[in-house]
Amino acid sequence: MDSRADIWPCILAMVPVFILGIAIVGWGHDVAYVMHGCLIAAVVGWGLVWLIGRLTDPPRSIPFAYNDEISKWGIMATFVWGVIGFTVGDILAWQLAIPELNGDTYFSNFGRIRPVHTTAVIFGFAGNALIATSLYVVQRTSRARLAAEHVPWVVLVGYNLFCVLAITGYPFGITQSKEYAEPEWYADLILLVAWVGYLWLYLATLARRAEPHIYVSNWYYLSFIIVIAMLHTVNNLAVPISISEPKSYPLFAGVQDAMTQWWYGHNAVGFLLTAGFLGIMYYFMPKSVGRPIFSYRLSILGFWGITFLYLWAGSHHLHYTALPDWVQYLGMSMSIILLVPSWGSVLNGILTLNGAWDKVRTDPAVRFMMVAVLFYGLTTFEGSFMAIRPVNTLSHYTDWTVGHVHAGALGWVAFMTFGAMYKMVPWIWRRGSTYSLRLEAWHFWLALSGSLIYVGAMWNSGITQSLMWQTYDETGAFVFAFIDTVDAMRPYYFARAIGGLLFLIGGCIGAFNIYKTVNGPALVQPVPPRNGPLSLPAE
Amino acid sequence: MSAKHQKLERHGVAFATMILIVASLGGLFEIAPLFTIENTIEEVEGMRPYTPLELAGRDIYVREGCYACHSQMIRTLRSDVDRYGHFSLAAESMYGHPHQWGSKRTGPDLARIGGKYTDVWQVAHLENPRGVVPGSVMPGYAFLANTRLGTTHLAGALRALRRAGVPYTDIQIEYAERHAIWQADKEAEYEDSLVDAYGTNVNVRDFDGDPQRLTEMDALVAYLQVLGTLANLDDLVLEDIAR
Repeated sequence: MDSRADIWPCILAMVPVFILGIAIVGWGHDVAYVMHGCLIAAVVGWGLVWLIGRLTDPPRSIPFAYNDEISKWGIMATFVWGVIGFTVGDILAWQLAIPELNGDTYFSNFGRIRPVHTTAVIFGFAGNALIATSLYVVQRTSRARLAAEHVPWVVLVGYNLFCVLAITGYPFGITQSKEYAEPEWYADLILLVAWVGYLWLYLATLARRAEPHIYVSNWYYLSFIIVIAMLHTVNNLAVPISISEPKSYPLFAGVQDAMTQWWYGHNAVGFLLTAGFLGIMYYFMPKSVGRPIFSYRLSILGFWGITFLYLWAGSHHLHYTALPDWVQYLGMSMSIILLVPSWGSVLNGILTLNGAWDKVRTDPAVRFMMVAVLFYGLTTFEGSFMAIRPVNTLSHYTDWTVGHVHAGALGWVAFMTFGAMYKMVPWIWRRGSTYSLRLEAWHFWLALSGSLIYVGAMWNSGITQSLMWQTYDETGAFVFAFIDTVDAMRPYYFARAIGGLLFLIGGCIGAFNIYKTVNGPALVQPVPPRNGPLSLPAE
Repeated sequence: MSAKHQKLERHGVAFATMILIVASLGGLFEIAPLFTIENTIEEVEGMRPYTPLELAGRDIYVREGCYACHSQMIRTLRSDVDRYGHFSLAAESMYGHPHQWGSKRTGPDLARIGGKYTDVWQVAHLENPRGVVPGSVMPGYAFLANTRLGTTHLAGALRALRRAGVPYTDIQIEYAERHAIWQADKEAEYEDSLVDAYGTNVNVRDFDGDPQRLTEMDALVAYLQVLGTLANLDDLVLEDIAR
């Protein structure tokens, strides 16, 4: 097959984006917005020049091997975004402990910086980890090279362009302030283009598979890609003021917007941060310990349970609000049932380690993954528990929610990412092992102690604050003014900032370790077999 | 179960279609009815679209990410109602694109903050929160008082909102920029025009203490002072709003 087959579709997808960038430069008033136009036009224009140059190249045959270049860049993007996201997160934590650190300028205040943290960790760190691992996994479990040579680059560059546009926009006030969907319409459109490419690439690669069955990891990656496409499109429906303004107004208002937003918000967690990472678990845990998945039936139950139930659970973010009660009760019920497939997946992950528990002790990467699954079990139990209406009166609007999210984000998502990366990097770059197992272990213990301090502090502050809000004296008057409950938070805010700092230091050690591994000596290159993946068993 | 599933596992597109169908059910059953069931949003006297100045203030509230620390949703809990006032109605955010119900109360709920404090207090607090409330962890927003309010886009903003379903009239759109300027300038004596367009429940005055300039502080305080004051809650019959 001609390696240039996918160039024209790429060009066709990119030209409208290029025109969008030029139009923003031409009509935009706002400085940051025009800079974004320049960035879009420069990146996409450079891509177009590269693709057109490729068109005139002599046809080259596609190598009979897996295409791992894209995953390599994805891994590096993961760590760069990770360090940025953790750093900004810890700055925010210190801002709450010492409010003077806000600086009281428009670009450094908590409200504008907070989405920088959430976008950098959710989309930058976790999203790139998913792209890098999914494209690695789909090839090996299908025994097929990626279906196209250029589409993967459009996906990865387009996706990271979206991340850069989002994060550089917030400090300049470009945001629609929908939690975890803050980027404005033009960035959303670019993500949509990249995402459609991602979905096509995934399905087309699966279609080329030499294995009869689609492996369970791919089910999860596929559900992550499809559901995120659906959520992103519906939740970001908006009416822009005009091409000269970055600002748009979301199509829905009030109660409908709130429900759509939390249908999105809860399932960004459910499919980006859960389903995608279960895909990682189902590949990297068994590969790392050399044991098969514990139960095939449990995989099926877990997968369809999560794919069906998660989408109903979003309304538990809106208990006792102006959302109709029937939706609240429905969301609560589904959230509780959701514990079944969640813990099914936990069992399947943990029991896969049976017969190889010694590796938890000797291999920090396996330890990372094992603890990740435990945190996943803890967080999903906590989530179902918090979705119960009376419990929610205690947890909602408080730091308990923040602690819950970070138990999932630090304990599950980041631990699973680090574990998988410590395995994948040596495999992909053909290194004997990582640069230093000692540093890996240091990273593990720093990350674990940081996470526990963080989550513990937030449990305490959340429940304390909520109880103080609800404390009446015998005359029926409140005992505490609101500001008293803020004062009571101070020690926990310091503890949280310290926990976050430990986690950040661990992340930097991890990034350094990966960097040294990539730049270290390679194993002797084996002679690749003539028929490439087709003559090898699936991995 | 396994045998049937093994069949599905062999067809990529069928598998993907199945995922899409199964995953879209939740939204279809929980979100779509909110647009069709009539009593989802109660009929309440007094609700009107935001004036251009209030809208500009709301856009600043959105831009600064205030939702990260302040909710605008008083729940039907005793401790919420006692602290913040009557529980929020769906109708009260029917013109809120996007909603600002929030998810966190690092600071107090703001759904009924309108009229609770004077303009002077609001401005002083926004400029230096700890000067007014010792121990507050809120950032300072003094820069708002030094930033001239951009008004040229307001007609376009109202037009965009009309496309999204807010019933702005042609007159309101045509006068958007002037209305914004007049609302912050009592001396200009254009109050009648604002009343004609938006009704009597409009605060017309200089909000930021600097009558010479129309600043972002004017707009934000105008927005804060109208929050929760529009809906007429006295005539509510609880049975009518039960959902």
